[in-house]
Amino acid sequence: MTSTARSAFVDGARAVLPALPANVPFGLVVGVAAANLGLHPITALWTAGLLFAGAAQLAMIELLARDAPVVVAVLTAIVVNLRYAMYSAGLAPYVRSVSRRWRLVLSFFLLDVTYALSVPAFRADETADRRAYYLGIAAPLWTTWTLSVTAGASLGTELPPAWHLEFAIPLLFLALLVPNVRDRGGLVATVVGGVGAVAGLGIPFDLGLVVAALAGVGVGLVADPEGADDEDGAHSGGNDPDGPDADRTEGEP
Amino acid sequence: MTAVSDPVLWAAFVVAAVGSYLVRSSFLVLFQRVDEVPPRVERALELVPAAALAALVLPALVAPEGSLALLTPKVAAGGVATAVAWRTESMTWTLAAGMGTLWLLLAL
Repeated sequence: MTSTARSAFVDGARAVLPALPANVPFGLVVGVAAANLGLHPITALWTAGLLFAGAAQLAMIELLARDAPVVVAVLTAIVVNLRYAMYSAGLAPYVRSVSRRWRLVLSFFLLDVTYALSVPAFRADETADRRAYYLGIAAPLWTTWTLSVTAGASLGTELPPAWHLEFAIPLLFLALLVPNVRDRGGLVATVVGGVGAVAGLGIPFDLGLVVAALAGVGVGLVADPEGADDEDGAHSGGNDPDGPDADRTEGEP
Repeated sequence: MTAVSDPVLWAAFVVAAVGSYLVRSSFLVLFQRVDEVPPRVERALELVPAAALAALVLPALVAPEGSLALLTPKVAAGGVATAVAWRTESMTWTLAAGMGTLWLLLAL
């Protein structure tokens, strides 16, 4: 590892540090759910490490616990993870210089946090070694995640339901969401995606989520085709006043 | 507990992981052949995280049991957490504010 790579890795790890604590309760929740399903902590460990997708694993466990067909549980997990295809396309232009073999490695760790933290840094050209920076984000996240799930699975059913740790999940997604609402299009996408997902709750296989997300993107694109978040817009400072309103609309309907 | 045997469960998680990996690697490998992402596509991708994350968040806040429930501690805690997320852009503070509000309201 060159010194450039090492310092980029450390920069990535530093960037992900604030995101780690929120993953602990998230992982604990998934682990407890896995234990309630009857999974051994070791099974929880390797499945969490292999799947590396909390929302998908949680959706899967909930379905299996309800004795849904195994095929439906698998399909649901993949459908919940379909958003990664869009992250994959979003990240791709920024890692053209990375070799194909390493891109196959980067793919394994791609999820909301790695995408949300790496792309803005790459867009601002903040790092000299993108591969190392990305892995610096991914490694502590993956480790925290698998250990938290394992800890949750070991604690099993001992965590009191009164703590409502399951609520940490939407809070985590919320913290990732808010910085992504940067302009009018982002606001429209947020409202349509959120309201659409609530309206589509009855749709089988969790497809409501995917439909709502795609609708949010489509309507956001029509409402604000250009966006304000390009290099010029970033310095104008004229777009932020729209933000707090967005916030209230989304959080307190 | 589930009636499904362990090997079947393991296979289910492996298949889900492989499927998820194929989704994740799709564009990172294929897109390299494309010279320039069209601005329209880039803009659409820019909007994806907001739409997808909102689709994950809002149902969990306003319909955690599957049916709409607006006047609940979770909705109020979500509102507080949203405000904190906006001000601080910090995951830790967002989580602390949301969980704290929920626990407070449930204790009252």
